[in-house]
Amino acid sequence: MSVADLLSDDAGTPSGRWRPRRGARRGAVADPAPGAGTPAAPGPDTSPVLELRGVARWFPGAEPVHALHAADLSVAAGDYLSIVGPSGSGKSTLLNLLGLLDRPSAGEYLLDGTPTARAPEAVRTALRAGRIGFVFQAFHLLPHRTVLENVLLATLYSGVPRRERRRRATEALERVGLGHRTGFLPPLLSGGERQRVAVARAVVTVPGVLLADEPTGNLDSASTGHVLDLFDELHRDGLTLLVITHDADVAARAGRRVRIADGHLEEIA
Amino acid sequence: MTTATGDPATGTTAGGPTAATDGAATGATGTAGDAPSGPVTGGHPGRRPRVPRGDRFGPRDVVGEALAGTGARPGRLLLTVLGTVLGIASVVVTLGLAQTAANRINEQFDAVAATQAVARPEQRTTWSGTQRAVGTLPWDAAERAERIAGVRAAATVSDVDLRGATVSAVPVNDPAAPPQTGPAVVATSPGLLAAVRGELSQGRFFDAGNDRRGDRVVVLGATAAERLGISRVDRQPAVFLGERAYQVIGILGDAQRRSDLLGSVLVPEGTARADLGLVAPGEVQMLLAVGAGPVLAEQLPTALDPGAPETIDVQAPARPAGVQQDVQADVNVVFLALGAVALLIGGVGIANVTLLSVMERTGEIGLRRALGARRRDVAAQFVLESAVVGALGGVIGAALGVAVVTGVSAVQDWTPILEMRLVAAAAVAGTLVGLLAGLYPALRAARVEPVAALRGGL
Ligand SMILES: Nc1ncnc2c1ncn2[C@@H]1O[C@H](COP(=O)(O)OP(=O)(O)O)[C@@H](O)[C@H]1O
Ligand SMILES: [Mg+2]
Repeated sequence: MSVADLLSDDAGTPSGRWRPRRGARRGAVADPAPGAGTPAAPGPDTSPVLELRGVARWFPGAEPVHALHAADLSVAAGDYLSIVGPSGSGKSTLLNLLGLLDRPSAGEYLLDGTPTARAPEAVRTALRAGRIGFVFQAFHLLPHRTVLENVLLATLYSGVPRRERRRRATEALERVGLGHRTGFLPPLLSGGERQRVAVARAVVTVPGVLLADEPTGNLDSASTGHVLDLFDELHRDGLTLLVITHDADVAARAGRRVRIADGHLEEIA
Repeated sequence: MTTATGDPATGTTAGGPTAATDGAATGATGTAGDAPSGPVTGGHPGRRPRVPRGDRFGPRDVVGEALAGTGARPGRLLLTVLGTVLGIASVVVTLGLAQTAANRINEQFDAVAATQAVARPEQRTTWSGTQRAVGTLPWDAAERAERIAGVRAAATVSDVDLRGATVSAVPVNDPAAPPQTGPAVVATSPGLLAAVRGELSQGRFFDAGNDRRGDRVVVLGATAAERLGISRVDRQPAVFLGERAYQVIGILGDAQRRSDLLGSVLVPEGTARADLGLVAPGEVQMLLAVGAGPVLAEQLPTALDPGAPETIDVQAPARPAGVQQDVQADVNVVFLALGAVALLIGGVGIANVTLLSVMERTGEIGLRRALGARRRDVAAQFVLESAVVGALGGVIGAALGVAVVTGVSAVQDWTPILEMRLVAAAAVAGTLVGLLAGLYPALRAARVEPVAALRGGL
C-alpha cells in the first residue's frame, strides 16, 4: 500500500463496482433550489432516509463473529426509532454501519437513496460530514477545547460557510440550553451538560439523521430525562432520530421500537 | 447533479418531506417555528449538503486545528520543543563560534611570518663566550636563493659597522663634538623591496647598476630620514657616513618584514664592500610562496654553501599555512556534523512525541473522522502540528544560539561573527525537521480506523 493510497479516502474500496444512482427515483429533476416550489412536484416523498437491505456484518478470524445477521430496516424522514438490546447483541455494530463508519460484509445500505456499501470512501465521508450527526455514550468531547470550539469542530468538516460557523454553533448551544457555558472546558461540565454539548455538535451541521449510541449510558436519571426531552423536541421539529440503548425506559420514548438480539433485528412497535 | 461530489440528494424533489427535514434542521439551530419551506441557514438545507469547497476544512482550518493541538498541552510542548531548541541552538553556536574563531585566526594569522624565510651563517658560542659566525654567505646568495622553487624574491641584508664614524646630514667639521649615535647603516642587494615587502614613500631604490659600480647613493628609512631632517629627495640631499657624502635617492616608507630598516640608512652592497669594508653578507631575506618553507629549509644550505651546508642556518615556516586552513575546514566539518547529529536527535524527539500524541489521541482522530474528516485532513493536521513544534524550536534555538555566541564572544573579548542568513536558515531548518519528523506519525494518524478509535473515550 503506497503513501498515496494511505492518504486516499478510497483506500479499501472494493474495486470500482460502485456507481452513483442518478435520478433513480421517479425520474426526478435535479432541482438546485429546494423550496423553490415547483408545483409539479409529485406528491409526498415517502422514500426512506435510511434503508438496510439484507445488511450483515461478520468479523472474520479464528472464530468468526456474526455480529449482525441479514437485517432489513427502513427509516422514513422524521421517524424516531429506538433499537434496544442487551450488551453484545450487535447494537454498536449496527450503528457504525448506519453511520458509515463501517462497511457491511453483505447487503446494501442506502442513505437518502444513495447506495453506500461499495461507494468510494470520499463519498461516504462527504455523506457522513453532511448528513449524519453522532452522539456517543462517552460524549467524545475534546477536553482541551472549549464547549464552543467542540461544537465548531463539526462545522469545519461539513463545510458550513466560515462566517456562519460561530453563529450557528452559538445557536445550537442555546438550543440545548448551554448558551451560558460556551467558554467552559468540557471537564468542568456535568455528564448531562456534556452530552447536551455533544447533541449541539451533532445538530449544528443540520444533519438528516441523528445517530445516538447509548446516549444516556453514562448519565443519572435526571440528566437522562434532560437529554431525552431534547430528543423529543428535535423530533417534533422534524429531525430523524435513531437511538440505541439497552434501557427499556429510554427505548419507550421513541415512536418506533426495534429489538436486537444476537444480531437479529425485530420490530416490536 | 453528481453524486460523486458527495451530494446524496439524488432524485430528491422539492417540497414535501424534504421541507420537513429542512424544518428539523432549522429547528436544531434555534429557529423552530419557521415556515418549513425554504432554508434559513445559508441555503444548505438537510438534503443538499453541498457546500462551498473552500469552506470545507481549508488551510486556515488546518492551521487553526494544528495550533490548538500543539497548544493544548503546554508542558509537553515545552519538552518536545526542547529537543529542537537544543539541536538548532548547538548548530548555531558551533557555526557561530567557528565563524568567530575563523575570523580571529585570520586576524592573528601572520601572512608575513608564513611566507618569510631567513638564512644566516650559523652562530657558535666560542670558548671565551662570544658569538662567532661559523660559515659565510656568498655575495650572490640572493640569486642562488631565488633559483629554488617557491622563493619569490630574495635579498641580502647586512649590518655595516662604521667603526666609530657617524651618520649625519651635514659634514662633521668639529672632531671634538661628542659622538652621536646616528641611525644604523645596512647594506642590501637591489632586490630588497620585493624580499621584505617594502615600499618607498619617495624617490627610487638603488638598482643593480648602482650596486655594481659602488655608487655613493643611499635610501633612508622613514624614521632615519626624519631624524636626519630630510623630508624630500627631489632636492638631492646628501648624508654623510663619516666624512663621505652619499646622495639620498629614496625614502623607505614601509618594510613589513624588517620594520627595523625604517630606522636605518640603506646602502648598496657593492658600495658597502668598496667604501665601508663589508666582508660578507649578513643574511638572506626571502619571500616565499605559501608552503615552500620545508623544501627551502632542505635545499637552501646546499645551494648557499655546497661544501659545508651545515654551517648555514635557515629559518623557514615549518608548517605550510595551507595545513592550518585545512585544519580549520576539518574543524568546521566536525562542528557541522555535531550540529546535524543534534538536529537529528531533535527530529527523532519530535517524531516520538508526535507518534505518542497520535496514539493518545486516537479517540480524537476517530471523532474527527466521524465528523467527516478525510484521511488527508487528519494527516495534514498532524504534519502541521509537528511542523509548528519544529518551527518553534527553530526560532527559539536560533535565538538561544545567537545569545550564546554573543555571550561567549563578550567574555572572550572577541568580535562575534554570525551571518544572519545562517540564523534564518536555522529557524527554517527547525520547521523542516518538524515537518519531516511529522510525516510518519501523520501517516499513522491517517490510518486510524474510526470504529476502533471511537470504542474508547477521549
Ligand atoms: N471488531 C470486532 N471484531 C470482532 N468482534 C467484534 C468486533 N466488534 C464487535 N464484535 C463483536 O460483535 C458483537 C456485537 O458487538 P457490539 O455491536 O459492540 O454489541 P453492543 O453494542 O450491542 O454491546 C459482540 O460479540 C462483539 O464482541
Ligand atoms: Mg455498544
